[in-house]
Amino acid sequence: MSILESKIPAGPLAEKWNNHKSAIKVVSPANKRKLEIIVVGTGLGGASAAASLAELGYNVKAFCYQDSPRRAHSIAAQGGINAAKNYQNDNDSVFRLFYDTIKGGDYRAREANVYRLAEVSPNIIDQCVAQGVPFGREYGGLLDNRSFGGVLVSRTFYARGQTGQQLLIGAYQALNRQISKGNVEMFNRHEMLDVVKIDGKARGIIARDMVSGEIKRFGAHAVVVATGGYGNVFFLSTNAMGSNGSAAWQCYKQGALMSNPCFVQIHPTCIPVHGDQQSKLTLMSESLRNDGRVWVPKKKEDAVKLQKGEIRANDIPDEDRDFYLERRYPSYGNLVPRDVASRAAKERCDEGFGVNGEGKAVFLDFKYSIERLGKDVIEARYGNLFQMYEKITDVDPYKEPMMIYPAIHYSMGGTWVDYNLMTTVPGLYSIGEANFSDHGANRLGASALMQGLADGYFILPYTIGDYLADEIMTPKIDVKAPEFDAAERAVSGRIEKLFNIKGSKPVDYFHKKLGQTMWDNVGMARNAEGLKKAITDIKEIRAEFWKDVRIPGELNNLNPELEKAGRVADFLDIGELMARDALDRNESCGGHFREESATEEGEAKRNDEKFTYVSCWEYKGEGEEPTLHKEDLVFENVKLTQRSYK
Amino acid sequence: MADKILKKLKIKVWRQNNAKSKGKFETYTIENISTGSSFLEMMDILNNQLIEEGIDPIAFDHDCREGICGTCSLYINGRPHGPDTEVTTCQLHMRKFKDGETITIEPWRARAFPVIKDLVVDRTAFEKILQAGGFVSVNTGGVPDANTIPINRDDAEESMDAAACIGCGACVAACKNSSAMLFVSAKVSHLAKLPQGKVEAKSRAKNMVSKMDELGFGGCTNTQACEAECPKSISITNIARLNREYLVARISE
Ligand SMILES: Cc1cc2nc3c(=O)[nH]c(=O)nc-3n(C[C@H](O)[C@H](O)[C@H](O)COP(=O)(O)OP(=O)(O)OC[C@H]3O[C@@H](n4cnc5c(N)ncnc54)[C@H](O)[C@@H]3O)c2cc1C
Ligand code: SF4
Ligand code: FES
Repeated sequence: MSILESKIPAGPLAEKWNNHKSAIKVVSPANKRKLEIIVVGTGLGGASAAASLAELGYNVKAFCYQDSPRRAHSIAAQGGINAAKNYQNDNDSVFRLFYDTIKGGDYRAREANVYRLAEVSPNIIDQCVAQGVPFGREYGGLLDNRSFGGVLVSRTFYARGQTGQQLLIGAYQALNRQISKGNVEMFNRHEMLDVVKIDGKARGIIARDMVSGEIKRFGAHAVVVATGGYGNVFFLSTNAMGSNGSAAWQCYKQGALMSNPCFVQIHPTCIPVHGDQQSKLTLMSESLRNDGRVWVPKKKEDAVKLQKGEIRANDIPDEDRDFYLERRYPSYGNLVPRDVASRAAKERCDEGFGVNGEGKAVFLDFKYSIERLGKDVIEARYGNLFQMYEKITDVDPYKEPMMIYPAIHYSMGGTWVDYNLMTTVPGLYSIGEANFSDHGANRLGASALMQGLADGYFILPYTIGDYLADEIMTPKIDVKAPEFDAAERAVSGRIEKLFNIKGSKPVDYFHKKLGQTMWDNVGMARNAEGLKKAITDIKEIRAEFWKDVRIPGELNNLNPELEKAGRVADFLDIGELMARDALDRNESCGGHFREESATEEGEAKRNDEKFTYVSCWEYKGEGEEPTLHKEDLVFENVKLTQRSYK
Repeated sequence: MADKILKKLKIKVWRQNNAKSKGKFETYTIENISTGSSFLEMMDILNNQLIEEGIDPIAFDHDCREGICGTCSLYINGRPHGPDTEVTTCQLHMRKFKDGETITIEPWRARAFPVIKDLVVDRTAFEKILQAGGFVSVNTGGVPDANTIPINRDDAEESMDAAACIGCGACVAACKNSSAMLFVSAKVSHLAKLPQGKVEAKSRAKNMVSKMDELGFGGCTNTQACEAECPKSISITNIARLNREYLVARISE
């Protein structure tokens, strides 16, 4: 039997989840009190799971690396959350949300998981309202909706431009309530550094107390990893500075398979890099493309003058502007999906038409909508975004066009999980952005928040019972077991090894170098030659890192450089696996564009015959080639078609 | 507008190795900083310079660098989050400073926020206040449809205004009494303005305020310094509302 048993229930699509819920085991309240669960991460996925599991009666320990669960990166999500409520009476339905998600993901996600996600989505909104999430409302007092890219209905719920913040505060409040009742023990400023397995099952973690530097052991009957995405492998991204792939990577090293690591999303509307002092990139909401027109100069000499700062955007007359999205995609225009818009911007800049000093930016111009609708309307719609843009760039977007460029934003790939959200290690679960499950090769806007909360509130609390029902006789996990000794030794050994290199270069030096290689070769457009080069480059950077990194400070104290070093060491490995995965997938789909697999007009071309599978990589040891397993995707309810936005 | 280069800056910064050790100011020089860089990018550059010189880099808290997570918390030239208005430290840019200037950086100073290292403080007290009642007592599942109770749009907007608090602690750092009233009142208003949160409004106000007192935050003497420095423009009218809720709760005891 293959190690990849997806456990997708039999029966018609719309009945699978219900049938499954009736079939899986349930743990009695008395027994729940005897069971412990570790939840690593307190973003939307982790906080909602930890709170819900504690309400059910389990003993929960939750961990995050920030000083408060409320600061998880989910807080930064702006636009909104999707749900198939059909409040607008525009013929939305569970099936339509399911279909949009499968199609948006370019047919590289599991039907059954995506359908379940759509099915529980309405409950999320009910739950959030009950918790006191102040969603946007209409004058009649009912909930308002927005439209988002890639779909024909209006199903996005929002709280101003701070939806992630408000949803996370809702989950955080539920978590705080359980902390106050003593059902959740919260460990802030603790970083998980390994999973501990006993007899093949996940039984705990090793974590570093980031204030004292102490390496600690924590035991549990099951471990849930909700640690977010690995976009920071590129150094510059829209992720928080501390966002990392390390927890997921330790799971991989302990036998959990890693799926579709090459699927990352590049967001088209970010503020461009401003030189070599930049530390991270800021997202400008996708909604801006509703009223902004994207352009670069038609004439190369104008572009050159813009790059040298000799002229400004407003010096170029309309007839000399190339609205390249409207030109190439007349029916969707400026509203093509994220991956298409990103590649088109790169194509123009690579041809020399970029508009900033670095030649790596395009204009997003509101002049036309201000002329048509008036400044007041634009201000009401985007005032806070315009203000943020001006604070960062010192340019007034009411008077001059914004400059934007694509940036790394989200990781669709992640830890492989079955229908129960369990990895290939028994008792080890992965939820939220950390797993691979629902978005295929491209995620639709406003669907990550939906997935995190679906996993944490409504899926995991049911499915974990099926596993724990067989664990009720297992006593409290003894953290003095030899497996914990060994894991702690390995973790301490690695930290000491890093610390004792005492080389000459700071961690950032290596992270930037890795990021550059990734962006150049494993970024928006990929080809076999570049991917092979990335693999060789990364090997060299890794060798140099382990020889020459300098970590100052003390081991037994707060030490941000030490934290960064551990994460970058893992990013080096993740980057290499991403390149391998991208090399294997010689087709273009969603965010993954292989130059070898394009139509004559340069559009992405899928190859369903060969690549309708989830890639699943198995760790084989330090320096060894990983093994590729494949989970074939079966589509019984949708027909595979080539996406077209012409 | 076009970025300029600040050729030389002096950075006078609070250094303290851990909670127990005594801290002191150190001054470092940094050169060639673009005015387009953010304040924290300047700190990154300074830190990499220190590492190369063999000096322990300066510890400071930060994460999202987009003004929303509330982690960053520097007291710059005598003001929480520095000289710009309505921004967090991570959104502050170097164009707000002049070439040759000495920039003084300190941690939040408050009894309830002890220093962990250098510019990093322990804000666990905020967690404890929220755990004392900053929630609606509902479990997952079994709740009514989201549109069952219509909510007046103005109430929802006012609730959102208060819910925008990022829990950074600048209000406490700005206040001569180190009072947490603005923070507490923001949570109380966020929930009290919604029917779902109104049910427990009184006990919530009472429990959070007594927790705040217990944790060593000072009382509010209405100096309004908190509102002026709050990066999210949380209004002191929330404090008035909190006082009302609190009073009613005490009277009905
Ligand atoms: C700028 C931005 C805007 C976005 N806007 C939207 C939007 O409008 N709509 C939408 O649907 N999605 C949006 N997304 C995507 C969405 O926000 C994320 O995918 C989602 O919030 C991830 O949630 P999560 O719970 O999986 O992880 P996160 O929220 O990233 O949480 C990770 C948690 O894990 C902890 N952690 C990580 N590593 C460790 C470790 N080793 N040890 C201990 N703890 C650890 C962290 O402390 C944190 O608590 C946006 C993303 C960004 C970057
Ligand atoms: S009220 Fe303002 S200053 Fe105080 S914690 Fe909230 S956001 Fe920060
Ligand atoms: S780092 Fe998140 S608000 Fe400043």
